[in-house]
Amino acid sequence: MKNWPLWEVFIRSKQGLNHIHAGSLHAADAEMAIENARDVYTRRNEGISIWVVESKYIHASNPEDQGAFFDPANNKVYRHPTFYELPEQLKHM
Amino acid sequence: MKETNIEDQFQAKIDAEIKIEPKDWMPDTYRKTLIRQIAQHAHSEIVGMLPEANWITRAPTLRRKAALLAKIQDEGGHGLYLYSAVETLGVERDELLDELHSGKAKYSSIFNYPTLTWADMGTIGWLVDGAAIMNQIPLCRCSYGPYSRAMIRICKEESFHQRQGYELLLTMMKGTDAQKRMVQDAMNRWWWPAISMFGPNDADSPHTAQSMKWKIKRFTNDELRQKFVDVTVEQAKILGITVPDPDLKWNEERGHYDFGQINWDEFWEVVKGDGPCNRERLAARKNAWDEGAWVREAASAYADKKSKRQKTAAA
Repeated sequence: MKNWPLWEVFIRSKQGLNHIHAGSLHAADAEMAIENARDVYTRRNEGISIWVVESKYIHASNPEDQGAFFDPANNKVYRHPTFYELPEQLKHM
Repeated sequence: MKETNIEDQFQAKIDAEIKIEPKDWMPDTYRKTLIRQIAQHAHSEIVGMLPEANWITRAPTLRRKAALLAKIQDEGGHGLYLYSAVETLGVERDELLDELHSGKAKYSSIFNYPTLTWADMGTIGWLVDGAAIMNQIPLCRCSYGPYSRAMIRICKEESFHQRQGYELLLTMMKGTDAQKRMVQDAMNRWWWPAISMFGPNDADSPHTAQSMKWKIKRFTNDELRQKFVDVTVEQAKILGITVPDPDLKWNEERGHYDFGQINWDEFWEVVKGDGPCNRERLAARKNAWDEGAWVREAASAYADKKSKRQKTAAA
């Protein structure tokens, strides 16, 4: 099993919702990964659709860079609706 | 058990409010309708950046400039969400852009009008984004999953667009007489194109019935237009400006405003490519695409070089 690749599992709980990352597992190939994901992650009807992606294909941002990386969004309060002051009697906006 | 065909099963899912996802079976015409609609919507987002870009360097304060930039940046992002949603239906983004640039694909006609004064920035936020939001909120419940999810994200981000516009106008209305006249002038030019954004009257909209049956659309063009007029007229009163429609009148019996007839000849002229700015907008789009070619090529060349270097390092 240590030679089996690691797979990331994504589950859609209901038609209309996004697939959400549920966890990972080892499997020999994609078909086995999907079947095992069904057995491990959807035993209580948690899903109606499964995506698996080999973990080595996931590229992630570096947690150490988190501060600088997401910094550009920190000082832009004007991107939020509450930044704008409007009269109270104004409706539907 | 009664045997049902695949198309009936599809409709039964829609009727039961079950979303359709990319790998599910769908009628060819459902797919085509969505491709056309979502692509038009995506094109409208990125062409919609152009009339506002005109005013970035002319914004009166840093605060207004930052808000305008943030709004235009959002529109670029919204275009991307929508192009990604339409790609799940099996079309290539480059094909869609070719159709936009050749004039075959359409985008919202409103963006073919010029932005003449700073008050136009406020009026676009208030009326054009207001009409877009009115149209987009029901699309959050559209039967096609990827479109519906894109719309939820877009509506959430967009609420500031309308508010910044209205706040801008409110500020101008507290200013000089010349500023107040500027707001009224912008209202006079944008009101009719804005209420035209909902499309032809229901009687002249042959695809509406099918789109409603498939729950792509939830309300007809005229229903949405009426809602928009009803809420916007009240907002105009708070601003202290008039709606340029002599036929506008509250109808007690209907509980809605009655309003005048849209100039449909003008509407179709603009749709067909002969509005005041159609050529300018398309030329700007084509120019951005052509002049940006070297950036796309350079990015690919850099990615190739990087992967070769990594392979050499690994060897």
